[in-house]
Amino acid sequence: MLNSTLLELAGALEAKKVSSVDLTRQFLDRIAVLNGPLNAFITVNGPGALEAAKKADARRAKGDAHPLTGIPIAVKDIYCTKGQRTTCGSRMLENFVSPYDAHVVEAFERAGAVLLGKCNMDEFAMGSSNESSYFGPVRNPWDRRRVPGGSSGGSAAAVAARMAPVALGTDTGGSTRQPAAFSGVCGLRPTYGLVSRYGLVAFASSLDQAGPIAKSAADLAALLDVMAGFDERDSTSVQRPKESYSVSIDIQGLRVGLPKEYFADGLEPGVRSAVDGAIAWFKSQGAKVVEIELPHTRVGVAAYYVIAPAEASSNLSRFDGVRYGHRAKQYNDLIDMYCRTRGEGFGAEVKRRIMVGTYVLSHGYYDAYYLHAQKIRRLIAQDFVRAFEKCDLILGPTAPTTAFELGAKTKDPVQMYLGDIFTIPAPLAGLPALSVPCGFDARGLPVGLQLTGPHFSEARLLGAAHQYQQLTDWHRRVPLESPL
Amino acid sequence: MSLTHDDVRRIAALARIAITADESAEVLERLNRVLALIEEMRAIDVSAVEPMAHALDVGQRLRADEVTEKDRREPYQSVAPAVEDGLYLVPKVIE
Repeated sequence: MLNSTLLELAGALEAKKVSSVDLTRQFLDRIAVLNGPLNAFITVNGPGALEAAKKADARRAKGDAHPLTGIPIAVKDIYCTKGQRTTCGSRMLENFVSPYDAHVVEAFERAGAVLLGKCNMDEFAMGSSNESSYFGPVRNPWDRRRVPGGSSGGSAAAVAARMAPVALGTDTGGSTRQPAAFSGVCGLRPTYGLVSRYGLVAFASSLDQAGPIAKSAADLAALLDVMAGFDERDSTSVQRPKESYSVSIDIQGLRVGLPKEYFADGLEPGVRSAVDGAIAWFKSQGAKVVEIELPHTRVGVAAYYVIAPAEASSNLSRFDGVRYGHRAKQYNDLIDMYCRTRGEGFGAEVKRRIMVGTYVLSHGYYDAYYLHAQKIRRLIAQDFVRAFEKCDLILGPTAPTTAFELGAKTKDPVQMYLGDIFTIPAPLAGLPALSVPCGFDARGLPVGLQLTGPHFSEARLLGAAHQYQQLTDWHRRVPLESPL
Repeated sequence: MSLTHDDVRRIAALARIAITADESAEVLERLNRVLALIEEMRAIDVSAVEPMAHALDVGQRLRADEVTEKDRREPYQSVAPAVEDGLYLVPKVIE
């Protein structure tokens, strides 16, 4: 059961081969064994999960079950959950219990899913390695000396290690796709506005999106079916007809674009050869491969590291020690209380990003930095518009490397940031993108394949990835370091 | 351009973040590395480009000007560090 996909588990529950209580207990037992070494969960919802599982079984017995009723899920600790603390990986929110649920959490609760616990993450989602968490780093289930990626590192590791069948993450500059790639699982970033962010702790509001992490593209589609939809509580939520994401598409004749900038120097040979294997697969299925250009890819990193910190400096001004979260014990006056509260409550990377954001928005620098970055953003969006005249989806590596060792990039933030080079463009343009496993490097570390499409093309991306997974089994591999 | 220790102190004050003397050198060094990366983008000529503030070029949705929020002061204040009689307590700001 632990190795089953979400859809297989839903089938087993439906066929009464297993109860939600049994299933939930199996995953909780697995968490009890593996969470010590992997640190994927900040909070485990043991008794609460079993209680919810009992209710799910009762609901199924009555015959009014949703397909996901009784399915255990893990949730990144950035989603507010009523009655469960929501730390966002920060000392600032170490003991914060939200008075309400996030929209997405409500949606899964309505479907009858069972919350296993809250997953570890980079503090306030700022990081690409899960090393900035106040609650300690998460370890990669494939090699515990290595990072699982970030910022949704706990969510990806939990699915990879079979501690949860599926998990929820968020993606601002790659935070579902890059950890999915590093951890050998699947991650989706939906189109901006498709999923409500109500109840998600905000990082960079023009970029943040909620996204699922799972073992297969078909599972991602089933999760997106629950997550997507209009919510008036998020002013960026898009009103459009509901569609199903669990569809088949034909690879024959599909135009697949390969950006030449994604296959340039700096790409690890092991990543390159795994992605080349996927390209060969698409060709063998009748896809038409075309070369495209995304000339502003590299400069996108710089623009992102202006825009995201600028928005973060504004969003995180709410953490002032007055309304919720940490408050310093000693202070002289109000300003001193703010400064000490924030000095104590935020970790080094978060402070750095707030300060970069403060600087680029400060008097005399706004045009040179923030406005300039917004113009680069337009150029990147235009690159994609031109590219999608030639192709239906864009294919490339999710990250230039596989998972690196803990501590390898913590001394130089720029080295860490440059690893986001292929995941940053889609959020800047508001586009959907996903990562699925496509092989392993010589060290046995998973490689992620990224597919990016035009706005609201999730069904196409998921359908193509699903076809790929029908005839390959990279997504079925289990980490040897965390055997079943 | 490179920041100085004075710049870091000024930015930290604007951001309302206390930086200890121990942290200061490291903060300066790392902020300068990040700003050097950011400088790369300034080499691109964007004089004819419209800035893009939002990921989708859609207008903001409007709603009727009606009160829709319920009074949830109590649950919201239950998570505050210090409240009294429905008010948030902060250090005295007016003598």
